[in-house]
Amino acid sequence: MTMTATATRAPQTLLSREECEDFLVHEARLLDDARFDDWLALFVPDARYWVPSEPNQESPLDTVSLMYDDRRLLETRVRRLASPRIYSQEPRSRTSRMIGNVTIESMKADVVIVRSKFTMVEFRRNEQRLFAGTYTHELVKRDGIRIALKRIDLLNCDAPLDGLVIPF
Amino acid sequence: MQSADPVALDKLVQPARVHRSLYSDPAIFELEMERIFGRAWVYVGHESQVKAPGDYFATQLGRKPIVVVRGPDGTIHALHNQCAHRGAMVVANDRGSAAEFQCCYHGWTYHLDGRLKAVPLQHGYPADFNPKSSKTAMLQVPRVESYRGFIFVNQSADAPPLKEWLGYMATSLDDMADRAPEGELEVAGGVFRHTYNGNWKLYLENLCDAAHPWFTHRSSIEAAQQQSDDTFSDGTGEIALRQMRQNGAPYSFWETQVGIWTYPNGHSYLGDYHDDAKLVAAMNDPVFRDYITALEANKGKAETRRILEVRRWNSNIYPNVSFMSQFQQLRIIHPLAVDKTLVCTYNFKLRGAPEKMFQNTIAFANIVNGTGSLVLTDDLEIYNRVGLGISSEGAEWLEIGRGFDSDVPDEHGGRRGKNSTSEVYIRNMFDAWRGYMLPQKETERQDVA
Repeated sequence: MTMTATATRAPQTLLSREECEDFLVHEARLLDDARFDDWLALFVPDARYWVPSEPNQESPLDTVSLMYDDRRLLETRVRRLASPRIYSQEPRSRTSRMIGNVTIESMKADVVIVRSKFTMVEFRRNEQRLFAGTYTHELVKRDGIRIALKRIDLLNCDAPLDGLVIPF
Repeated sequence: MQSADPVALDKLVQPARVHRSLYSDPAIFELEMERIFGRAWVYVGHESQVKAPGDYFATQLGRKPIVVVRGPDGTIHALHNQCAHRGAMVVANDRGSAAEFQCCYHGWTYHLDGRLKAVPLQHGYPADFNPKSSKTAMLQVPRVESYRGFIFVNQSADAPPLKEWLGYMATSLDDMADRAPEGELEVAGGVFRHTYNGNWKLYLENLCDAAHPWFTHRSSIEAAQQQSDDTFSDGTGEIALRQMRQNGAPYSFWETQVGIWTYPNGHSYLGDYHDDAKLVAAMNDPVFRDYITALEANKGKAETRRILEVRRWNSNIYPNVSFMSQFQQLRIIHPLAVDKTLVCTYNFKLRGAPEKMFQNTIAFANIVNGTGSLVLTDDLEIYNRVGLGISSEGAEWLEIGRGFDSDVPDEHGGRRGKNSTSEVYIRNMFDAWRGYMLPQKETERQDVA
């Protein structure tokens, strides 16, 4: 896809809402199935993955984040998840995600910002934790749909929490 | 409460081992709250969190909710966050600014130093109702003292002054403050709050444990070692990866290049480790060069060299605070129950330092203190597993004897391990524990202090 080709198309046709929703459901399924390498492949080479520690947090650079990974750290995070020595995943978590209320917030020539609501239930060592919140995806089309930024605003982002190991 | 018997308590802490009940017995925990958190200086926050009169923040002293506030005359008070009327928590926000505190139940209103200011329907109370009495005030924690901006409180009138109690460990707080080119620190950049199902002492006991990273953190060490540095980073991953790889240093490094120092009252630090050249990019990193320039402009070359040659990793002030000067991190340990602990972590901005340096502080906080960190999550797992294992009767005694035969005196009145894998810092904390917990040891402890 060239920039010229994109610019000549009507911007709103870059991705339909249904295409976005299908993509988000696909992504959630990869995570629930613990196919983390396949999940990582959805991200562009300069992608960022961000779970703020505060509601309405403006920047990951001047305030701490529950997770903030540039591509280099995200690759390391995913590689660690496959390690037999990841003691915080012994036993492994099982997760179940639901995605809904998918809306397209804005669409430019090369990027679509998609907002959705999610719940994620995590079960590990006899305990079940419930997470809920808002996903914001910046999606681009490069060899299919790819993620440039995934932001996860947890409802309880500033609550006391035990360790967070599985990506949201 | 058999375990609360002083004679029984005395037997639970032995020279190189401690009984598991110290981590699992609710009765001992109750005594710790009374005798340790009720007698020690407990860190509550930094003066930058209450810059102006009326500024306040809510926190806990042991398990007790308190509010720390700067009064109209600039004095910092610590008040039990409880209405004198029916006991409701008065201040409900984590932080803010107020001219007075008012209870939402019946409208009792208090001055910022806790004195009662006004009561609706006062004529209805008994004739001896005295609005000037401490019984109608939000009770003050009797002692509040600061050292270089770090605020500690103490519930005991008998405790020595803060500076005396800190002793040589005050130099670690100096190290935090000295690194600010313009001399001031400021709490900034948000808070991590993580919990685990285990005893509060486990946290402090792990912070100087140089024998654990190579095992506990293997998953992140190996993942970081295998990571290509050609992949895109905005700086965040670069700092995180450097730290994870450093955890994978061989045992020879921990045994020969890292030291552990301990001082009276349970304090300790891990030092001679992670000098700035290794961690904050090389000294030729442009941000760090700008920082050195700012330090030299304010403090001169000799003092700048002295400041940067202080190499301390975690400094621990028993019983509830640990901090790290090189990346301006601080953790407060809040015991919630014998098997439940909350840790809150903070970052400091160095006034006069380049803005980018604070971004490094944040990236470092995310990997070292982050609830979703690739490193800390394995530490939390360890605390949880000790919390689970401690109930078993297989190991009645927990070993804390590494280095017991080779500890040596320190020139500032403490003890240090021959190498950093000594558990001297745990034994030192239990010496302090005995001093607080065993009544018959009280006199002896004060003589030493």
